[in-house]
Amino acid sequence: MTTALLIARRELGGYFRSMTGYIIAGLVLLVEGVLFNAFVLSAGEMYSAEVLANFFYISFGTTVIASVFISMRLVAEERQTGTLVLLTSSPVHDWEIVLGKYLSALTFLAIITVATVYIPGLVFVNGKVSLGHLAAGYLGLLLVGSAALAIGVFGSTLARNQVLAAIFSGVIIVAVLIAHLLARVTDRPIKDVFMSLALYARHFPPFQIGAIHLRDVVYYVAVTYVALFAAIRVMEARRWK
Amino acid sequence: MIEVKGLTKYYGELAAIHDLDFSIERGEVIGFLGLNGAGKTTALKILGCVLLPTAGDVTVDGIDIARNPHDVRRRIGFLPDTPPLYNDMTVGRYLKFAAELRGVPSSEADKAVTEAEEKTATRDVHDQPIFSLSHGFRQRVGVAQALVHKPKLLILDEPTSGLDPVQIVEMRATIRALKGEHTVLLSSHILSEISQTCDRLLVIQRGEIVAQGSEQDLSDKLGGGGTIEVEVVAPSARAIEVARTVTGIGECSVMRETGGVALLSLQGAPELRPKVVRALVQNGIDVLRIDRGAARLESIFLKLTKDRPGDDRRPQ
Repeated sequence: MTTALLIARRELGGYFRSMTGYIIAGLVLLVEGVLFNAFVLSAGEMYSAEVLANFFYISFGTTVIASVFISMRLVAEERQTGTLVLLTSSPVHDWEIVLGKYLSALTFLAIITVATVYIPGLVFVNGKVSLGHLAAGYLGLLLVGSAALAIGVFGSTLARNQVLAAIFSGVIIVAVLIAHLLARVTDRPIKDVFMSLALYARHFPPFQIGAIHLRDVVYYVAVTYVALFAAIRVMEARRWK
Repeated sequence: MIEVKGLTKYYGELAAIHDLDFSIERGEVIGFLGLNGAGKTTALKILGCVLLPTAGDVTVDGIDIARNPHDVRRRIGFLPDTPPLYNDMTVGRYLKFAAELRGVPSSEADKAVTEAEEKTATRDVHDQPIFSLSHGFRQRVGVAQALVHKPKLLILDEPTSGLDPVQIVEMRATIRALKGEHTVLLSSHILSEISQTCDRLLVIQRGEIVAQGSEQDLSDKLGGGGTIEVEVVAPSARAIEVARTVTGIGECSVMRETGGVALLSLQGAPELRPKVVRALVQNGIDVLRIDRGAARLESIFLKLTKDRPGDDRRPQ
């Protein structure tokens, strides 16, 4: 675990030592602010709770997209530049490499997410929303980010370069995003499977309105676990190639 | 230090290395010599525990690399053909990270970094960001990361690749200075580098070891019956005429002739040197120098690979 934290610390430093981290953070904050202005503040009168729910809806999208861009470099870039050998030739388990990289990405995403707090902060000051609603929404965003980042880490272990990594991760994320659409055209029990896989439709709306359901938390944790597990297996398999 | 038996690695249907057998003693500097695509990098990656072999047994310091790769990795330092450097870090931070990654306690990491920088003459660039380093310094920092945790075995894949002549000489000196404290296994396709740095050579061709031993051993085994080099004060034609009278001396050739001094190469066993000197002196020819003319490494290498052309399509 210490080694995973060591790797996470180096990775996190990498985001702040290069322009990439600042560019991603800046873009996320800009897009989120613009979208909030365009689609929420300009939408006429509505309850504060609705404004907040809409903010979390927009944040869901920006969080998922940011996760793809944050995670695409994690393993693929190291493979491309040849630095991955430093890790694979050291007494480090593959799970420590994957976990370290995932934790760094999650921490970075959390920093960006926390930086958006000024928007709901304004709603909180000027309107009437509960802290619980805020906390539930942010917990949902972190869980979604965690799942998307884990999928991104998996995509990054599969790819030879960052662009391919982003494409792989993007395809998987879109697949789970539209799983509920497949549920509409299939019958039970397949319908239930697709519905329960849906990254947004089934599991995020409760967080938007300030409700935390254990099944939604378990879903995002499970996606994170499965994706990281797959990433570790890919890393191990690559030692044979 | 290293025992390799039947080491084989397939990439799909293609055998990158096949049935390698060799052993390396502690403290030796060993050169892996082969053309591009001969299988050097694959073999080194397996020894560096980066790749897993398809078949065969490899032990490093008595530890099986397939069963206990973790323990082996603690004992090795690996420099791949492209140094694994994080451009966004400074040299000092990077080496400290590498040290801690290899299990050096945080409290001792700074000392380990200082020692590695002193050994590789990189102390002056300690605070410099890696992206700003010259190629020569990047290579040295690559060596520094490989030895920062004081491994017993250092594996260096093409350590002088892309360096200018001055940097090559400096890198050779760095590697020679590591001898004794570390067992060093390095690869190259540059013959002069291998001959000047290593105690022993492993010649690899098409994934197989085709010869091994010191340069002298290979010269003796593959240089035919041996050659004698003799420098005389006389016209070369006259000296050759006399030398040929010695039983056992075969073909003679002129290597150089300037200012009345001729350097000749005589085919024949080195043991014939007293007879050659006697014959020349008796015939009034002054002998300035006589020595066993070792077959040059280039000619040995060409001989070994003559009927085994390198295959650049082979994966590394």
